[in-house]
Amino acid sequence: MKVSAPHPPGRGVLDAARDRLRRGDLGSIPVAVGLVLIAIVFSSLNQHFLSAENLTNLALQMAATGTISLGIVLVLLLGEIDLSVGSVSGLSAVVMTLLYTQQGWNPVLALLGALVTGAVIGLLHGLMRTKLSMPSFVVTLAGLIGWLGLMLFLLGGAGTINLPFDRGIALLSDTWLPPWLGWALVVVMVGTHLASSLVTRRMRVAAELAVPGTAWVLARPAGLAVLLAAGVVVLNADRGVPLTLVIFGGLVVLLDLALRRTVWGRRMYAVGGNAEASRRAGINVTRVRILAFVGASTLAAVGGVLAASRLAAVNQTSGGSDILLNAIAAAVIGGTSLFGGRGRAYAALLGILVIQSITNGMLLLNVDSSVRFMVTGAVLAIAVAIDSLARRGGADGAA
Amino acid sequence: MSTSGTPVLSVRGATKRYGAVQALAGADLDVHAGEVVALVGDNGAGKSTLVKVVSGAITADGGTIAFDGEQVRIGRPQDAQALGITTVFQDLALCENLDVVANLHLGSEVRRYSVLGEIRMERAARDLLRSLDVKIEDVRTAVASLSGGQRQSVAIARALLGEPKMVILDEPTAALGVEQTAQVLGLIKRLRQRGLAVLLISHNLADVREVSDRVVVLRLGRNAGTFETASTTQEEIVAAITGAGPYGIAS
Repeated sequence: MKVSAPHPPGRGVLDAARDRLRRGDLGSIPVAVGLVLIAIVFSSLNQHFLSAENLTNLALQMAATGTISLGIVLVLLLGEIDLSVGSVSGLSAVVMTLLYTQQGWNPVLALLGALVTGAVIGLLHGLMRTKLSMPSFVVTLAGLIGWLGLMLFLLGGAGTINLPFDRGIALLSDTWLPPWLGWALVVVMVGTHLASSLVTRRMRVAAELAVPGTAWVLARPAGLAVLLAAGVVVLNADRGVPLTLVIFGGLVVLLDLALRRTVWGRRMYAVGGNAEASRRAGINVTRVRILAFVGASTLAAVGGVLAASRLAAVNQTSGGSDILLNAIAAAVIGGTSLFGGRGRAYAALLGILVIQSITNGMLLLNVDSSVRFMVTGAVLAIAVAIDSLARRGGADGAA
Repeated sequence: MSTSGTPVLSVRGATKRYGAVQALAGADLDVHAGEVVALVGDNGAGKSTLVKVVSGAITADGGTIAFDGEQVRIGRPQDAQALGITTVFQDLALCENLDVVANLHLGSEVRRYSVLGEIRMERAARDLLRSLDVKIEDVRTAVASLSGGQRQSVAIARALLGEPKMVILDEPTAALGVEQTAQVLGLIKRLRQRGLAVLLISHNLADVREVSDRVVVLRLGRNAGTFETASTTQEEIVAAITGAGPYGIAS
């Protein structure tokens, strides 16, 4: 073992990265590589794949399931699962639609009604998981079936209820930022990132802690700026940045900050890593678990509202079909461990990008959905295989 | 080392029965400030039961506990913690997915409006480990990639963040290699220098002899002898553990 020496500049970040790679924690590298491959393959097969219009559609398509996937990340971080998110998203959307169209509620209140519905359902799941010690698989499997039943009951004979598509809820997915606002958003995000990096660096210097080199401090905001700018250029070439993407992206950023920077987030990772150790350290494990289920169901409700808004209707298949499977697959492909304690909010964004790109590309190529399912399944299997192989290699290396 | 003055912890006549098994049959134990007391005995001698009584994991059927000379009741782990008794269990209770800083502050994170005070925590972690002479290159390393000795050191260091008066270490050197055992034993000596009362449970008599001031031997739930480590041979301790010596259960 080396005796610790004064830190040369930059070693903190690089060492942390090397340390993670050695443990087999590849982070988002495989997903990023996968996305580039997908882009190359589909754009060579169909020139429309990378067109502004298609990429805009892609952004619209992924917001709802991506938001649901964010909730899946929360429960997976604790080593739990939530199979009910699809049904809960459909039920919440139906509740919102009924409150809005039949009870004549203001759209904002109807939306709040959907969120409360999701939160209450999550609370119920959490209480069953913690107070009755039921496995989350069973609790949420019951939820999957039961909430679907309640949704069908509320829909009644109608089967489909339309939302007025020129006002209220439906406008959520037909609102586009003017070009200048898209750019302003990029400037604000990059500026905030840069400022917070510089402030953190200065505070660490003042506290005599290891700091990354200035080049690194500038490289990250620069990389972010390039990515965001490319996105805005493409989206502005079509109809502009869609509001749904801003909502989804905003939720990803907020959840990521909450997970990494707050006491709540730290305790999520702690309970997911070692629940018994957390309990002994005085952490209220029950509360952490219940909150995770509330978060998952509430995000499912948001996803349901976004989906209903895009369709301008709710019907018997709302929240059904492959939404649940895609939400779970996205979280896992994005790098969230099924065994708890590992994963980030960005996993949902990256994972849903992969899945939706494949779906979108296959639809462009007119490939039958049978093939699409097989390819998506293979990608999920490969993503998990890469993760386990890297992890096993890392474990061997450490031993 | 001095055993004069009021002991930090004083257990008298502790008894505990599990069904047909008399795990403790009137055991005594004193631990003073700035003293490392090793608690040894064969399997089933009552070591673990006695430690659980002191750490609040179980309640004794009979006997008394005094802390700093005052009679106390320890019914729950929180009672022991409130008194200033902290226990490092064999299964270290660390979160392997979190880094050293996060593990040291687990459950007592530095915060402002629930936003983590990472810089203050990292500084505190670094200063604490430095003061204990624990060698960990980067406190932002996840515990999963630390060695066994480093993990044990992190677990012990965490116990100190609550500023306890007494630390109980349950088999801290089990499953460690030679060099890592030396690290942990060095750390235990530094706990003594800090004036803490240390109770060490160990099967390894070589470790016990190297680091302890006194050795308390339990046999069949009773005291089978107390030895000043410096003036005792290993054979005398072994004899007491097995019941072959002059300090057998008859005494």
